[in-house]
Amino acid sequence: MELSNGMGRVARMAAALVVMAALAACANKEAQPDIAQLGPNGGRNGAGSATPGSQRDFAQNVGDIVYFSTDQTDLTPEAQQTLTSQARWLQQYAQYSITIEGHADERGTREYNIALGAKRAQSVRDFLARNGVSGQRVRTISFGKERPVAVCNDISCWSQNRRAQTVLNNRTAAAGQ
Amino acid sequence: MTTRKSNFGHQIDRRSLVTGVTTGIGAALLGGPAFGQLSGEQREGQVRPIPIAVLEFLSQDPKLGLDISNVVAADLANSGLFQVVERNAYIERIQNINVAPNFANWRTIGVEALIVGQATLLPDGRVQVEARVWDVVTGKPLAGNRLATAVQSWRRLGHQVADIAYEKLTGGGRYFDTRVVFVDETGPKDKRLKRLAMMDQDGANVQLLSQGRELVLTPRFSPTSQEITFMQYTGDQGRVMVMNVETKRSEVVGNFQGTTFAPRFSPDGQRLVMSLGTGGDSGLVEMDLRTRQVRNLTNGGGINTGPSFSPEGREIAFESDRDGGQQLYIMGATGIRRLSTGEGRYSTPVWSPRGDYIAFTKQQSGRFLIGVMKADGSGERILTEGYHNEGPTWAPNGRVIMFFRESQGASGGPKLFSVDITGYNERQVPTPAFGSDPAWSPLLT
Repeated sequence: MELSNGMGRVARMAAALVVMAALAACANKEAQPDIAQLGPNGGRNGAGSATPGSQRDFAQNVGDIVYFSTDQTDLTPEAQQTLTSQARWLQQYAQYSITIEGHADERGTREYNIALGAKRAQSVRDFLARNGVSGQRVRTISFGKERPVAVCNDISCWSQNRRAQTVLNNRTAAAGQ
Repeated sequence: MTTRKSNFGHQIDRRSLVTGVTTGIGAALLGGPAFGQLSGEQREGQVRPIPIAVLEFLSQDPKLGLDISNVVAADLANSGLFQVVERNAYIERIQNINVAPNFANWRTIGVEALIVGQATLLPDGRVQVEARVWDVVTGKPLAGNRLATAVQSWRRLGHQVADIAYEKLTGGGRYFDTRVVFVDETGPKDKRLKRLAMMDQDGANVQLLSQGRELVLTPRFSPTSQEITFMQYTGDQGRVMVMNVETKRSEVVGNFQGTTFAPRFSPDGQRLVMSLGTGGDSGLVEMDLRTRQVRNLTNGGGINTGPSFSPEGREIAFESDRDGGQQLYIMGATGIRRLSTGEGRYSTPVWSPRGDYIAFTKQQSGRFLIGVMKADGSGERILTEGYHNEGPTWAPNGRVIMFFRESQGASGGPKLFSVDITGYNERQVPTPAFGSDPAWSPLLT
């Protein structure tokens, strides 16, 4: 089935292929793909069906990760597109609370990167709030440069680590935190 | 200033960085002023390590005597200021440390100072060391000390004798009888296990303080070395903690709404300063450890982190993006003033225990440098540069800096290094695995 998230199946598959190409480029450390091509699926999952309203549906069909430019905390047009979809999905599936994890690449100092990741998480939180996701459903945490997903040492990997990931929690499980 | 203009190490005339030491050693050996009065102007010169002999300490337990004297020799050699002459070159055997040696025998092999000692097992189970430092040039005793400790702490006796010799021969302050707390890192880069660890400054006696269940960062000693403060992630909460290093019991300090990080003790040990993240901003707060009362030190938004007290506790150096880029600032009674003015980004300011210098990390042209500048922002000097150097910490004598250096790539990781404040004598500090975020303790005695 097709979610009305403004993005067709063909476009999603194209995005997935771009992501796969980007990951392959990282592996051979030769190419340096433009980060704007990463997302909205964020390289998390390949194409496939998922139960609507499930974690997998969110990661796969909406995109749970947005990327940032070096030392930046403002949202790129691509990030805003993904977050618009996230907001719509989260309004549809109101049983979830979320934790927004802010991350930085390794090309910074430890304490600064924690602060930078916090700003990135807040950018996402603010955008979601403007698009109807109540702040009461949202927690933020910064992991700085401590949780890289890509470990090569060129910009293709660093760009994948400068990210904010929206993690779904069960609202009842998250209560009281 | 040579270093102000320099982007990279190869542009820095290394010889110009070490002159202060050269002139100082000569002066100190002649009974002159303490070495290392670093001036803004550096002259040409080379460090000439002082040739010394460290005799095997006499003992009824010959291995103990040998081991202690080897700790002394290793400390002095590692300082870069001494050349320890091999024992097989020694002509004279010392049978009684209280009798003056025949100095001609030592001048013949070019030795300028001589360290002799005797280790005795005391009836109460402790070990005692008596040590003498002789100036071979003048034939005069420079030091004679008697020290004792529990036998399992025998290495500290070696460090203490080395400290005495270093102080007498160079005029610099002691720093060998100290510990380092750091983060032990194992496992792949994207699943790194981080554990708190503590060791002697020379890498001996490594002890793990946490087991890796939680991510831990930036441990720092209290002034008594009995506690450390650090950041710990528990679930999706990032909190500043304090741990007693004897009991290994730790507790959260303060129940904040936001994330707390980058903690450091005040020089009197009564307060903690740290960053508190709220609403995407990171401000500085100070907590009184007895009353747990918290005071905001900054207002307005943006990033304020990496706070470090001046030695007398009246000012705080920190990093902030308040002017756009990442720069260093000092907060005092009269407000906040900017410290760094050079090109590039500055972070992790750490005040020297002597108060004269502030060490920092600097990012420029994609490289990570470790440097020092005077507390008024002048006299910037880069000590090392490369792909990634970060997180300086001072030895208690304000002469030696330790930091960590990351190697590149998926299998890369951090290692600890030390370097003299002049940029001389850079060397790796041994750790069992990868190691990061070192923090030097004050003198243990």
